[in-house]
Amino acid sequence: MTQAAFLAALSQALPPARILRRAEQLAAYESDALTAFRTRPLAVVLAATQDDVIATVRLCHQYQIPFVARGSGTSLSGGSLPIADGVVIALNRLNRLISLDPVARVAVVEPGVINLDVTKAAAPHGLYYAPDPSSQLICTIGGNIAFNSGGAHCLKYGMTSNHVLGLKAVLPDGTVVHLGSGSLENTGPDLTGFFVGSEGLFGIALEITLRLLPKPERYRTVLASYASLAAAGDAVTQVVASGLLPGALEIMDRLAIDAAEASVNAGYPRDAKALLIVELEGEAEQVEREFTELRQLIQASGAQEIRIAQDDAERARIWKGRKGAFSAVGRLSPDYIVQDGVVPRSKLGQALATIDRLSAQYNIRVANVFHAGDGNLHPLILYDGREPGALARAEQLAGEILQLCIDLGGSITGEHGVGMEKRHYMPAMFTPTDLDAMADLRLALDPHELANRGKMFPADDAMPHPHSPHPLERQGVISRV
Amino acid sequence: MNAATHPTSHTPATYTPATYTPATPAHVQAAVRDLPRLVPTGRGTKPSLLADAGDAARLDLRGLAGILEYDPGEYTFTAYAGTPLAAIAAALAEHGQSMPFDPPLLDAGATLGGTIAAGLSGSSRYRYGGLRDFILGVQIVDGQGRLIRGGGKVVKNAAGFDLPKLMVGSLGRLGIIISASFKVFPAPRATATLTATLPNLTAALQAQARLMVGPYDLEALDLLPDAQGALTLHVRIGGPAAVLPARLERLRHVIGVGEAQLDDRALWHTAQEFTWVAPTAYLIKLATTQQQLPALDAALHHAGATRRYAVGGNLAWIAWTGDPASLHSLLAAQGLRGLVLRGPTPVGPPVGPFVGAATPSPMLARITTALDPDNRFPALPA
Repeated sequence: MTQAAFLAALSQALPPARILRRAEQLAAYESDALTAFRTRPLAVVLAATQDDVIATVRLCHQYQIPFVARGSGTSLSGGSLPIADGVVIALNRLNRLISLDPVARVAVVEPGVINLDVTKAAAPHGLYYAPDPSSQLICTIGGNIAFNSGGAHCLKYGMTSNHVLGLKAVLPDGTVVHLGSGSLENTGPDLTGFFVGSEGLFGIALEITLRLLPKPERYRTVLASYASLAAAGDAVTQVVASGLLPGALEIMDRLAIDAAEASVNAGYPRDAKALLIVELEGEAEQVEREFTELRQLIQASGAQEIRIAQDDAERARIWKGRKGAFSAVGRLSPDYIVQDGVVPRSKLGQALATIDRLSAQYNIRVANVFHAGDGNLHPLILYDGREPGALARAEQLAGEILQLCIDLGGSITGEHGVGMEKRHYMPAMFTPTDLDAMADLRLALDPHELANRGKMFPADDAMPHPHSPHPLERQGVISRV
Repeated sequence: MNAATHPTSHTPATYTPATYTPATPAHVQAAVRDLPRLVPTGRGTKPSLLADAGDAARLDLRGLAGILEYDPGEYTFTAYAGTPLAAIAAALAEHGQSMPFDPPLLDAGATLGGTIAAGLSGSSRYRYGGLRDFILGVQIVDGQGRLIRGGGKVVKNAAGFDLPKLMVGSLGRLGIIISASFKVFPAPRATATLTATLPNLTAALQAQARLMVGPYDLEALDLLPDAQGALTLHVRIGGPAAVLPARLERLRHVIGVGEAQLDDRALWHTAQEFTWVAPTAYLIKLATTQQQLPALDAALHHAGATRRYAVGGNLAWIAWTGDPASLHSLLAAQGLRGLVLRGPTPVGPPVGPFVGAATPSPMLARITTALDPDNRFPALPA
């Protein structure tokens, strides 16, 4: 039998301690942060070296065993959900920082390196790694590469792929390729950019060359409260029209503010219907100049209260509430669905009004936390899973919100990826021809569809079930942004 | 052949290939289905990119031009591939915005599609990133004649494979770009430049390194070697005009020398349009790292080539007037591959699109089988 032959070959190739087979060992790998889905894999390989990964992928190819790479398992779209009868290749031990060149401003890392650890390593040189998904304390660079992760600073700095210069990767058939280089520039097609965000379907990144940026000299962070979401949205429009380019523009609604207050006591204004966070950063002289302009603009925008962070501690407190808002919502409701959709920024008001109307129509509370600068919405749909039919209605509402994003000319995902969760919505965003072309590309690189089988492409199976907080989310270690 | 794609020239006795001028995406699809071999062209600012295209029919995309969508509040636009960059820049400028990747040959007439296919960004890509970092979506016709959309029109999107990035630098050999969507930014309200002459490459790279690791928001950082071995550093900054002199003075202090140029437009226009490249020269782009520069520069200096190192040593431009074969060996010896944009006038031997070290790519070979299984487009050279 193929499976038995594969396992025998695998145990020849790797030390026994690196292959997990027992049910209690596999249990920890059954799901990622989208806990609605659970699948027990055939085996888990704890890869300790790049050669372990390559050897495993080659055996998978030889015996046609599907595989999925996994870092810290923080995917919110079920991207690292195991494949039944497949192998999970766990990459956490591949966590070497191979090199860091402060003059060239690049770092070369293995996929198991934690996102924030890149910044920690760069900090002594006055540098940092820009992409900052809210799970950055725990998520790995390998996962960030697979899902082209975002964060709060994407309008100005772009997503993960904008910070990846080169890759060494193993393709699904075991071929090892080197894409890009240590240069910001390239000749020939941008294969590095094409690999990033392929959700593990193009293979596994083994070494990643990352671009580092100089840490901004000065931050100016403003917190403004408004009597309505629409007023906060109008303020964003004015900031954008002014020609200023803030590093971050974030909005939270009343429900999200309540949650953040209950959880981290960020000291947000209690009577606000909406909060706007705007942050400028850069050279001190320039930031101070722009800040004067920003302050006048915010004052004229009808803000009820304006707070300006006077020091790093105050800035950190403002951000703590914002970054913790998602996990904090768990205090308001036993269960919730987190959505990740994008609308053109000018349609934000319309999108929020429609979400509000849908919320009333369904009689389901929706908390809104979003990256206003880039139109990336994260509606949190609150429900009680013990109530019969509540989940189904919450999911129906979530689906309507995604359809709304598409109808307004946006996207079904800004940063969480398609994974398992949004496969069914791909046909709403792409034509059959678009999807055929993507499928052809996938088959050209992976004729047996072994790498992360079942993800991204629509399949004839049931819609997802309950979304409940990841255990780490309950503890406030990670949050869903 | 679809009736609407007219051959505008055909010269059976010579190598001049037939040219077709599609006016709609459907015409492009018909052409791909009907013609055994073809390649897209624009306004001809980078003719060497087709040096290997032989008698493949030319699909002239100048007729597929125009901005389809531009909403300044959205920081995005969508335009047809044949749209001249200058038209886009003018539309953006009316709202104080610009393309932050600083596309070259804008005044020469370069089109959006040609710039994507060539994968070209200019000196000011230093600040926020290159073309690859600002492209959001594309519509292409692949080698099977399929009209395919990839990416999106919004500034943040993670759905599906990143086809837009695959098109960057693809030279029209994986698909014909019909239209593309980009992110744009507010243009700097004013700019100014510090120029500093340094005695040799070592000193120049040290000065450059001090600027790169510090908390300075630079628009561009270029290094211009002269024939004697000295180099001039051009450091551009942008922002509110009132604070530019003080910021420049600070940079001058960091590197110890320099002169402020408060009107720097002419200085950077030279870089954007390659007016420093003699008409008798080949113009070559190289992706480089700072570590590669000392050996590369020594070889180029020895060969007497004019050159410019842009983007903190990440992008080298060479004006080569010598024998193309010796440039090929020079670059191959450095392990570098150059992209040839244009050749000498009057016309020299056809060279391009690549020169120097070959870089075969098993991944690219697989991608090509998916998008162009019948080899309608000339193969991308290794």
